[in-house]
Amino acid sequence: MNRLTIVGIVIVAVLVIVAVFAPWIATHDVGATDLSLRYLPPSAQYFFGTDSTGRDIFSRVVFGARISLEVGIVVVSVSAFVGTTLGALAGYYGGWIDRIVSGYVFNVFLAFPGLLLAIAMVAFLGAGLNKLIFALCIIGWVGYARLIRGQVLKVREYDFVQAARALGASDTRILLVHILPNAIQPLIVQASLGMAGAVLAEASLSFLGLGVPPPAPSWGVMIEEARDLSTLQAAPHALIFPGIAIALTVLAFNFIGDGLREYLDPRQRSR
Amino acid sequence: MRSVFKHKVFSALRRFAIFLLVVWTVVSLVTLLIELVPGDPAVAVLGEQATPEQFEQFRQLHGLDRPPFFFSFPRDAQNHRHFQWHGANNRYTDYWVRLLHGDMGRSFRSDRPVIELILERYPATIQLALSALLIAILIAIPLGVIAGKNRGTWIDNLASIVALIGISLPGFVIGPMLVYVFAVKLGWLAPSGRFDWTDFILPSFTLGAALAAILTRMVRSSVIEEMGEDYVRTARAKGLSETKVVYKHVLKNGLIPVVTILGLQLGILLAGAIITEKIFGWPGLGLLLVEDGIGKRDYRVVQGCVLVISMTYIIANMLTDMVYRWLDPRIRVS
Repeated sequence: MNRLTIVGIVIVAVLVIVAVFAPWIATHDVGATDLSLRYLPPSAQYFFGTDSTGRDIFSRVVFGARISLEVGIVVVSVSAFVGTTLGALAGYYGGWIDRIVSGYVFNVFLAFPGLLLAIAMVAFLGAGLNKLIFALCIIGWVGYARLIRGQVLKVREYDFVQAARALGASDTRILLVHILPNAIQPLIVQASLGMAGAVLAEASLSFLGLGVPPPAPSWGVMIEEARDLSTLQAAPHALIFPGIAIALTVLAFNFIGDGLREYLDPRQRSR
Repeated sequence: MRSVFKHKVFSALRRFAIFLLVVWTVVSLVTLLIELVPGDPAVAVLGEQATPEQFEQFRQLHGLDRPPFFFSFPRDAQNHRHFQWHGANNRYTDYWVRLLHGDMGRSFRSDRPVIELILERYPATIQLALSALLIAILIAIPLGVIAGKNRGTWIDNLASIVALIGISLPGFVIGPMLVYVFAVKLGWLAPSGRFDWTDFILPSFTLGAALAAILTRMVRSSVIEEMGEDYVRTARAKGLSETKVVYKHVLKNGLIPVVTILGLQLGILLAGAIITEKIFGWPGLGLLLVEDGIGKRDYRVVQGCVLVISMTYIIANMLTDMVYRWLDPRIRVS
């Protein structure tokens, strides 16, 4: 495993700890506003300074990790589960289910940008954390389904699967015990890159006002609030810290995904 | 020869059929998603205080008094749901018929034709996307070539780190940071608006940064791969200068995979334009969608914007695919 992957794992580990223990790590109340304390620079009391309404940026970044990880974990697990199930069924059985999933859904869903579809769905459904997660799952599962279908098509032909079938194993057993474990590796890579994508999508939609509504300490919301000219002038740290948090998180998951891909596929290592 | 021709026709037809399927899905999604809007659009637009006559007039004007689809399951007097067939007299066919006549309905707010609003804003978005593309290419090709030619050295590592930062920093972080440095601190550029060419610099760079990063990586690995090919040795043996070898021979072959990525990235560019336009108050489709459409709950505008952005992306993708086939004859037949 290369150095960048380890850096990625360390960052994600810190992030998880921060998210889990957020109430103990945060130094101030995330919602407490005090206009007399606005635009304070980073100090020993306010590690990342304060924003335009005097809220502690450090505590908000800490609680923001919760929102980001929650969205990422739910979106990735639901999409991976649905995608794996449908992809495996389509690849294994073929027939009409395969015709619908790979002939129609793949061509159509992968034909236009996911973020736009998410924006469109949230635009009609209304903003909110659950709706955002729902929209991201709807667009997310297709990638996993395509990946698993391809893997299943490949593994299905291997000798040990033929042997299992000859021994009279049921379809369910062949799929769950023999095929899926051999198709799962690229899924882990995809899931890791998917975490990066989901965190980014949540922040983007929240920035646009389509995700988590404002008082919540989502990193995207914090950046949106920090970018008006007067705040930018008085407190650039209100923009920089949540920005760094997003960049580090996305970078870490990308490092892990890229590293795992190389690790699992030695042919790519030399590049 | 005949079978090759037949194959070509068949695959062109197949691609066209997929194209039609995609268009049908996008239009259907856009028309049916509006039915998911919580509450009554008439109430959302006119407010609770409007009179029943005003509501009625509004619904009639925008065709909202008609059934949403070919069939529905309305409740009867006993509060049981039952199947009811409406035939072609519904909003879904309305939208299709109007769309085929180049009409996307009228804005719920300003009552102007949506197509007019979109055509007003469309050039700004395309200009932004193209200048972002240009900036990305201008950064990525030299940087990727230098990194690839000096593989493993500190120059290569530096280029890779710059590329990684570009990929991980989303537009809504880069954009405001650029505004802070170049507008607030240095005062060189305007923080928002679209009046002269200098106003293009920050938005294009914001939108193009991620693409530049991705392209740099692509160009780099392409150059590394192509430099090992026999024709490079031949070109060198003929006595060509290293610059000519790289820019005339290596790049020409190495850019083929880059072109594919460009097509796929265009969608990300268009979706990213929505965010970039919001940051810089850039009067394009994205701002129309977010502020006038979603912000003011003008769902006709939302429908139109989503439709036009998707179609632009789908058509751009198709064109890329054609360019790709033309560049690399190997995939024409296979």
